[in-house]
Amino acid sequence: MAVRGVHIKIENLNHRYSAKGPVTFDRVNVEAGPGEALVVIGRSGCGKSTLLHILAGLLNPTSGTVHLDGTRVKGPSPRWVMMFQAPHLFPWMKVSQNVGIGLRFARWPEKKIRERVAEALSLVELEEHANDNVQDLSGGQQQRVALARSLVMEPELLLLDEPFSALDAFTRASLQKDVRSIAKRLGFNLMMVTHDIDEAVLMADRALVMAGAPGKIVHDLKIDLKDPREREDPEVQATRSRLMQIFHEAANSPSGGAERVVGHESVLETNPAVNL
Amino acid sequence: MNNAAAPTVVPVASKAPESSRVLKSLGRRTFNWFAGLGILFSLWWFGAYLIRANPATRHFADFGPIPTFQAFPELWSDGTIQNAITASGYRLGLGLLIAIAIGVPIGILLGRSRTFRELSNSPFQLLRMISPLSWEPIAVIVFVTWNQAIVFLIAVAAVWPVAFSTAAGLAKVDPAWFKVSRNLGAKPWHTLKQIIFPAIAFDILTGIRLALGVAWIVLVPAEFLGVTSGLGYSIEDARETLSYNHLTAMVLVIGIIGYMLDSACALAIKRYSWHRASN
Ligand SMILES: Nc1ncnc2c1ncn2[C@@H]1O[C@H](COP(=O)(O)OP(=O)(O)OP(=O)(O)O)[C@@H](O)[C@H]1O
Ligand SMILES: [Mg+2]
Repeated sequence: MAVRGVHIKIENLNHRYSAKGPVTFDRVNVEAGPGEALVVIGRSGCGKSTLLHILAGLLNPTSGTVHLDGTRVKGPSPRWVMMFQAPHLFPWMKVSQNVGIGLRFARWPEKKIRERVAEALSLVELEEHANDNVQDLSGGQQQRVALARSLVMEPELLLLDEPFSALDAFTRASLQKDVRSIAKRLGFNLMMVTHDIDEAVLMADRALVMAGAPGKIVHDLKIDLKDPREREDPEVQATRSRLMQIFHEAANSPSGGAERVVGHESVLETNPAVNL
Repeated sequence: MNNAAAPTVVPVASKAPESSRVLKSLGRRTFNWFAGLGILFSLWWFGAYLIRANPATRHFADFGPIPTFQAFPELWSDGTIQNAITASGYRLGLGLLIAIAIGVPIGILLGRSRTFRELSNSPFQLLRMISPLSWEPIAVIVFVTWNQAIVFLIAVAAVWPVAFSTAAGLAKVDPAWFKVSRNLGAKPWHTLKQIIFPAIAFDILTGIRLALGVAWIVLVPAEFLGVTSGLGYSIEDARETLSYNHLTAMVLVIGIIGYMLDSACALAIKRYSWHRASN
């Protein structure tokens, strides 16, 4: 599969769900080069999913624009595809049919669909399960099918909304590695939301910290580590501590939304993957 | 539920006991199926015996199972059974088709549009509770032929289960499927054909099965009047000519055909069900 990345330009994005409701986020500006992997972290409810839905064209922002290589995002497109927290596979279709559904929507000929589906399934290492019933797969395998279903579209930008949070630690670790290496190999951009600081450090070229009410991007940390990244690597550990510190500062500074999260349990306290 | 797939996933080691268990339960079920019918026919035979024993009711003895079974070759060779089935089948089929063609879109609207659901609630509940047969006098006035009137009655009876079942199926559809398919470039037509219909095929077929049951019940009395063909007519005709064994034979035909149609629906439902049996 031949894919390349895309230049992302998010300008002055502002969103509120209803005219009288609170502003979800305001003045979000992000620029990213082709092939960059961005991870967004922030407290629950700060608007990360909302941001991703806008990038996917599934939601229109109240104001501001998103451009991908100069094309304004106004609706869904195979060029920018989103993957969700749950796989949401179609249970009446076999694995291969699930993976090929986007190509069927695009009226590809059956033979080409088969070839492309086989490629995508081998990328996620599920070739042997092509004819399985998706309800017979494990959670991790189902999420791999969902990944393959996104990859067949050859997206330039893959949006991931906490895609591994429902998986066990081992499955999560292997998918984190695989998604990053597939993205790097094919060259497409990643934009991922996570609650897991480790995940951010292991997968991102840049970590965007979102905080405040309305939400803003309060920090943009470059993560320049060599691949493959290992959890135990001292450099990875150091970056993790640094990101953790930034996250805390953002959460506790007056402009960083401390007034909003009073009474809420901290993400860091509730996340078993993070221990200080 | 999903027995068809089971043998392929069963590990080799446990295959033998598993298949012998399946075979055993199949044997038991087959036996009970025939035993149940046997009990029914015994009761029938016993009733007929009492009728025959009593001098006051003796001339109704033809209602018994033996005269009835003797009537089958006669009714078959003179074409009565075949003609009745063809005529009734045509009315039933056409009525059901109309009910499906109207009921499924109504059901989809009910499931997808809150305005339509709320607006249609009172009229639909009212119309639904009108016995289909009470439309008969009106239908006879409105339609040119009795045939059309009967088809209308069947459609009226069958449309509600189809519509409500479709709507109920849609209500259970995971809304994320719509998001996912839109995300992957689905046009509304794709969503309908590739997502909505397969997702609710089970519910539509369940509705059709219910509709068939109601339509089958409405069909026979609807054919008592006006028409000179069909299962209902053939019963009326047998009663008027005092051929009681023909009457029971045709009643039996109604039961058998209805059972077969219902079983066919049940098979189709099984075939299109993607719901996992909770195990
Ligand atoms: N469809 C909606 N209608 C109205 N308000 C919404 C809707 N979706 C989200 N919100 C609100 O917008 C805010 C941001 O929600 P969003 O889901 O983007 O947060 P998030 O950062 O992804 O949170 P989490 O980490 O828990 O997933 C929240 O206050 C939420 O209540
Ligand atoms: Mg979210």
